[in-house]
Amino acid sequence: MRSLQRDPILNIGRIDSVNPRGMTGLPLQTITPASARRGSIPRWVRRFSGPVLLVLIWHVASVSGVLPGEILAGPATVISSAVKLFATGELQEAMWISLRRALSGLAIGGTIGVTLAVVAGLFRLGEDLIDAPMQMLRTVPNVALIPLLIIWFGIGETPKVALIALGTAFPLYLNVYAGIRNVDSTLIEAGRTLGLSRLAMIRHVILPGALPNALVGLRYALGIAWLALVFGEQINATAGIGYLMANAREFFQTDVIVVCLAVYALLGLAVDFMVRTLEKVFLAWRPAFNGT
Amino acid sequence: MAASVQRNLKIVETETPVDVLGRAKATDLAVRVRGLTRRFGEREVLKDLDLDIAPGEFVALLGASGCGKSTLLRILADLDREMIGEVEVPVRRAVAFQAPRLMPWKNVWRNVVLGLPGRPDRQRALTALEEVGISHRADQWPKVLSGGEAQRTSLARALVREPDLLLLDEPFAALDALTRIKAQDLVGELWQRHGCAILLVTHDVEEAVLLADRVLVMKDGVIAHEEHIAMRRPRDVADPAFARIRGDLLDWLGVRHGKYDND
Repeated sequence: MRSLQRDPILNIGRIDSVNPRGMTGLPLQTITPASARRGSIPRWVRRFSGPVLLVLIWHVASVSGVLPGEILAGPATVISSAVKLFATGELQEAMWISLRRALSGLAIGGTIGVTLAVVAGLFRLGEDLIDAPMQMLRTVPNVALIPLLIIWFGIGETPKVALIALGTAFPLYLNVYAGIRNVDSTLIEAGRTLGLSRLAMIRHVILPGALPNALVGLRYALGIAWLALVFGEQINATAGIGYLMANAREFFQTDVIVVCLAVYALLGLAVDFMVRTLEKVFLAWRPAFNGT
Repeated sequence: MAASVQRNLKIVETETPVDVLGRAKATDLAVRVRGLTRRFGEREVLKDLDLDIAPGEFVALLGASGCGKSTLLRILADLDREMIGEVEVPVRRAVAFQAPRLMPWKNVWRNVVLGLPGRPDRQRALTALEEVGISHRADQWPKVLSGGEAQRTSLARALVREPDLLLLDEPFAALDALTRIKAQDLVGELWQRHGCAILLVTHDVEEAVLLADRVLVMKDGVIAHEEHIAMRRPRDVADPAFARIRGDLLDWLGVRHGKYDND
C-alpha cells in the first residue's frame, strides 16, 4: 500500500520515496537483516570472480591480437606451456629447489632473528648490545649486499640462502622484540602476584604475549624471503624457478616467464596460507575481527 | 594460620609471646606496617603510615582517588619496593585487581591454577571455579567472559592459592550495579569460608560498611579514621545503624551526606 500525500505547496500528489508504506508520514528506513542483504552468491564465489574476470580480459586481449605473444603470451599458451613443463618434470624440480632455498634461508634467518630478539627483549644487557646494531643494519637494503655475498660465498647455493636469511632475520627480530617489549605490564604484575618464577613468566606470560607480533614478523619475513629468492636466483643459477626464467628470457619465451611468475605467486600464496593456519592455531584465544 | 606467615613474622616480632614450640601465637598479625613512607618525586603519597591487620580480619580501606590507598595495596602485594619503613605480610597472599588481569592466551581453568607448583591441576581449578559459581566456563577463553565472570575467575585464581591475606583493589568498581551486589555477597561468603584476612581497597562507602569488620579512612597519606563495625551479618543497608555509620564515614571523607548519597 502506498501513501499518496498531497503536497501542501505544489498541491500535487507525491509518493514518499523513503517510506512508501508509512502512514504517519515519518521518514522511516527499513533495516534488512544482514543475511538477506548479502544475497545468495557465496563469499568465495565473489572472491574468485575478480581474478577470473582479469584472466578473461587478458585472454580476450590476446586472441583479438591487441596483446601480441612476443609482449605477453595469452593465458591459453601459458597454460599449455605450464602443462608441458610439468610433464617433463622441469617445473616441479625448479619449484622444489626454489622452495627449499626459501625455507632454508627462512629457517636460518628466523633462528638468528628470533634468538637475538628474545635476548634483546628479555635482558637489559642484551638490548644494549644487540638493539642498536640491528636497528642500524636493518636500514641497509639487503639486495645491496649481493656483491659482498658473492665474494664471500661464491656463486653456488650459499649466497642465495644467505641473502634470504639476511632478509628474513630483520623483520622477525624487529617484530618479536617489539612484541616482547609491548607485553601488557599489568599482566606481568599479575604474574608476579601469582608467584611466577622468571622462567615461568617468560613461558606463560611474555612469549605468548609476543606471539601475535611474532606472527606478523613471520608474514613480513616470508614476503621478503620471496623477494630475496627472486634476486638471489638471478646470481648465476643453474636450477630453480629463477634459472628457468633466465633461460626463457634468452629465447623470448614470454609464456614460460609468465608460468614462472605464476609459480612464484602460488608458492607465496601457499606459504601465506601456512601462516594463516598457524595464526588460527596459536591465536585462537584472540577474538578476531573478520570484517563485514 | 600458616606456618609460612609465622616464619615471616618471627624474624622481627621478637617481643611477641611464643608457645612451647617456639611458634608465634595465633594472636599475631597478618599485616604489620610501621612508619611506611612512599614518595613519588616531591609528593609524599604515604606519610609514616602504621597499619595492623589481624589474621582473618576483613578490613576495608576507603579514600578519595589519589589518597594513596592503591599505593599501599601495591606495597603490601610486593609490587612496589620504592618505600621506606617496615612491612610484614604473609608469604601466602593473593591479589585481585580492578581489571581481572587474566592471561588471554590461557583458558579459564589454566588461568586459575597458573603459578601453582606442579602440573596444571584441572580438578583443583574446577573446584575453585565451582566455589565462585562459574565452573561451566572452565574451558572458555577469557575474552568471551562477561565482566562479572572474569572477575569471579580472578577471585577463584586468588583463592585457589589459599592465601592468608587477600588483597582486593577495587574489584567491583568496573562491574554493573547488579553484578556488583552479587560479587560483594560472594566475597562475603568466601571470606567466611576461607577465614583469610582481607584488605579491600574501595571508594564505595556502602560496600565497605557491608563487608568489613573495620573500615579505615585514608587521607593525605595517613589513616585518618578507623571505624569498627560490630553489626551482625548479613547487614542491611536500610538499618538505621548502617546509615549512621555510612554518614560518619562520608563526613570523614569530606563528603556532606544528604547532599551526595554515594561515594
